[in-house]
Amino acid sequence: MSLSISLTINGQARTVVLDDPRVTLLDLLRERLDLPGTKKGCDRGQCGACTVLVDGRRINSCLSLAASLDGTEVTTIEGLAEGEALHPVQAAFIAHDGFQCGYCTPGQIMSAVGLIKEGHANGDPERIRELMSGNICRCGAYQGITEAILEAQKASTEANRRDAA
Amino acid sequence: MSLDTASPTARRHGSNAGQPLTRRDGLLKVTGRATYAADNHPDGMLYAVTAISRIARGRVTALDVGAARAHAGVVEVLTPANRPPLAHDPDEKMPPFGFRVEVLQDDTVRYVGQPIALVVAETLEAATEAAALLDPQYEIADARTDRSNGDRFGLAAVGIGAPPRTVHGDLAAGLAAATHVTEAEYETPAQYHNAMEPHAVVAEWHGDRVTLDMPNQAMALSCAAYGAYFDIPAENVLIRSPFLGGGFGSKAILNGPQILAILAARMLKRPVKLVLTRTQMYGPVGHRGHTWQKLRIGTDAQGRLTALHHHALCATSSFDEFIEPAANASLPLYDSPAILVEHEGLRLDIGTPGPMRAPGEASGSAALEVAMDEAAVACGMDPLEFRLANYAETEPGTGRPFSSKALRECYLEGAKRFGWAGRPLEPRQMRDENGFLVGWGMGTAVFHCPHFPAEARATLRADGTALVETAGADMGQGAWTALAQIAAEALGLDPDQVEFHSGISTLPDGGIAGGSGHTASAGLALNNAGEDAIAKLAAIATADPASPLFGAGNIGVVARSGRLHRIDDEGRSESYVDILARAGQAEVIGTAKAARDPAIAEAHAMFSHGAVFAEVKVDPDLGQIRATRLVGAFAAGRVINPRLVRSQYFGGMIWGTSFALHEEAVTDRRTGRIMNADLAEYHVPVNADVPSLDAILIEEDDPYVNPLGIKGVGEIGITGTVGAIANAVWHATGVRVRRFPVRIEDLLIARA
Ligand code: FES
Ligand code: FES
Repeated sequence: MSLSISLTINGQARTVVLDDPRVTLLDLLRERLDLPGTKKGCDRGQCGACTVLVDGRRINSCLSLAASLDGTEVTTIEGLAEGEALHPVQAAFIAHDGFQCGYCTPGQIMSAVGLIKEGHANGDPERIRELMSGNICRCGAYQGITEAILEAQKASTEANRRDAA
Repeated sequence: MSLDTASPTARRHGSNAGQPLTRRDGLLKVTGRATYAADNHPDGMLYAVTAISRIARGRVTALDVGAARAHAGVVEVLTPANRPPLAHDPDEKMPPFGFRVEVLQDDTVRYVGQPIALVVAETLEAATEAAALLDPQYEIADARTDRSNGDRFGLAAVGIGAPPRTVHGDLAAGLAAATHVTEAEYETPAQYHNAMEPHAVVAEWHGDRVTLDMPNQAMALSCAAYGAYFDIPAENVLIRSPFLGGGFGSKAILNGPQILAILAARMLKRPVKLVLTRTQMYGPVGHRGHTWQKLRIGTDAQGRLTALHHHALCATSSFDEFIEPAANASLPLYDSPAILVEHEGLRLDIGTPGPMRAPGEASGSAALEVAMDEAAVACGMDPLEFRLANYAETEPGTGRPFSSKALRECYLEGAKRFGWAGRPLEPRQMRDENGFLVGWGMGTAVFHCPHFPAEARATLRADGTALVETAGADMGQGAWTALAQIAAEALGLDPDQVEFHSGISTLPDGGIAGGSGHTASAGLALNNAGEDAIAKLAAIATADPASPLFGAGNIGVVARSGRLHRIDDEGRSESYVDILARAGQAEVIGTAKAARDPAIAEAHAMFSHGAVFAEVKVDPDLGQIRATRLVGAFAAGRVINPRLVRSQYFGGMIWGTSFALHEEAVTDRRTGRIMNADLAEYHVPVNADVPSLDAILIEEDDPYVNPLGIKGVGEIGITGTVGAIANAVWHATGVRVRRFPVRIEDLLIARA
């Protein structure tokens, strides 16, 4: 069977002919669309490595079937930077050493971007730690991750305030 | 970004090494462009999925190969009936790190999770579903899962070739001389590495050459091993392993599933990708073995040790040996006239354990540090005071000097930062504002300093930049950054002017990325290669009458900021660019092989040290435990990059927290199955579990450990932390838990 869906991925409209209804969004990205930046750590919704934004919301891409996402807008780690200019969360992860091996990092960053966008946990490290606890980092870069998110969140709040003014 | 240039280590080492640079691979890692093995996708690639056994011991009597083959997209199903031959017997070890592996050699099942078939298909979905259709039937034998039914056996070696038994002095006399003997047994569970990146390989053959994209901590050894399995020369094996999504020891050794995927690629003449599922990582890729450790500590009236006895019973598989060298953790730390450490093996129907972050030291130090706490209590002494009273000025038993040992400074600085002074001796004395019980505990951290032979090449180019190369691997320790800093310093350049290549097996052998020894090992090779290039450049300049350095050959030159300067007259200098331009050379190449000087190693005991202080809070009604604060002070020789070193310590301390309070593989005694073989049920710490962390970098000059004075930092953070947290739980509650992880029910049962 084949099934055709239309998606916007990292700002690009794409029509995807699915060769198999069992394909998850994660395997679609990684194995069929040459976007391997999103990582698979468990394939069971238990680690967060596969986090992407669908219509601006954080989801575990290993848990969603690609066929169910017709008409949605997907943002992956590859679509975050504007050209060579890093997203503030990406830059903050480097500055605060919010990763070691880097394998959980795409998922951490996408979760952080979603979390900030949703307006959660303003300036409260405890809330950030709690809300980021769906993203496992086996290397244990948590302190840097939390600091990076605090900084990026502060920067984005200030930017919003400036925009509003 | 704020560079922590005020750090004393940064000041001390000046220009390149010593600076807290951010990671050079950071940009790749935050944009998703760092390539891990499974991100590769050569044209025509097939997907392989292993089917695994669900019994621990017995035989596979039937597989529905027909059903699997009939599934759309399936290309091949490998079982013992049709698996092509291998040139190396998988039931023979391949020293030094080659364990026996399961590659469908027969229908025997030796543990749950063992590969029993390999399905290859056009898509991952097809291979996955077809593997499930195999519906294996078994003849089941009783599984040996525990001390009660496993077979004990004597050992020839523990860890990788370490002696299983060491005696110093007369234990019986030491115990007899004691006014008090503290005696207890401690249990540590099986733990699984659970690197976030599952083990993966993408294998592609071209005739008798194979390219392997795979996470690999030991590339040169692996090339040789794969060559032996596939009957091709080691140089026909190309391994690309630029980034590992965590290794922790599990990616230093060959495993069956990867060999099967490579075999399938050769058989089918198409590239094959295999990625283990999370559950499949609980079996064929090693783990930290279960231990039961008995400790006896004799003390005299002054609180000095008279005897130290550490016996470890260590689980291994039914068919191979990796024995956690746990008891050896009691050898280097505390001064005692009599020390006996010994190990015994226990055969269970499990996958073979292997080295996992701080093998030996992690489990052994967990038991030792709790036992020391118990001994301190028995002597009525503060745990820190007790450790200082038993401080080893030279290596216990041998009397060899330590190459360096700033442990006393670690104790004192750590205690100061933590606020240890004034800690009540008795437990259950402290409460926080919410009524939670508060406890403080401490532990000593220790890790040995291995050094692996390594090679490197440094090329100074006509434009004044350099290329440095070594086949090391970055698994998060920051190799790209720290190694480039070392090379840059040797070359008298800024790190920005140095291009760093690694992660591919055709480069000079960078040794093993493990044992916390990679920065020292590959770093020394890079340093020496850089010095070799500078020496060659100096030879050109000092022999050239047109150079301001002409004739300075005997006086010597120093390389700094891209120029060679006369040592006796810094004003006379010339840039690398000018020297090479006049000589008409496009480049000079320096090479080096580096290893540790065996005579110096023989004459010294070499260890990193540290002290960890922990605070926990325990809910008095629910028994819920939270580590709230950890301070670690570590002395590990010269620090190349304090930012990355601190991250390594934090990672280790989080692993220690996990060991103390979270991690454990739980086995069903009836079936031998691990009941929590996934990331939901096997608890590794998440962000909210992690206490506030502080790591203090204690300065230490070590002229002996290697010419760069670098020890290792990757593993030591676990040691000390486990005991510190367990001891803090005792201090909070008065309950001594001797089985890890410490559980809520341990506290509630003890109270009831
Ligand atoms: S891969 Fe999706 S949550 Fe782990
Ligand atoms: S950086 Fe390695 S798992 Fe998070």
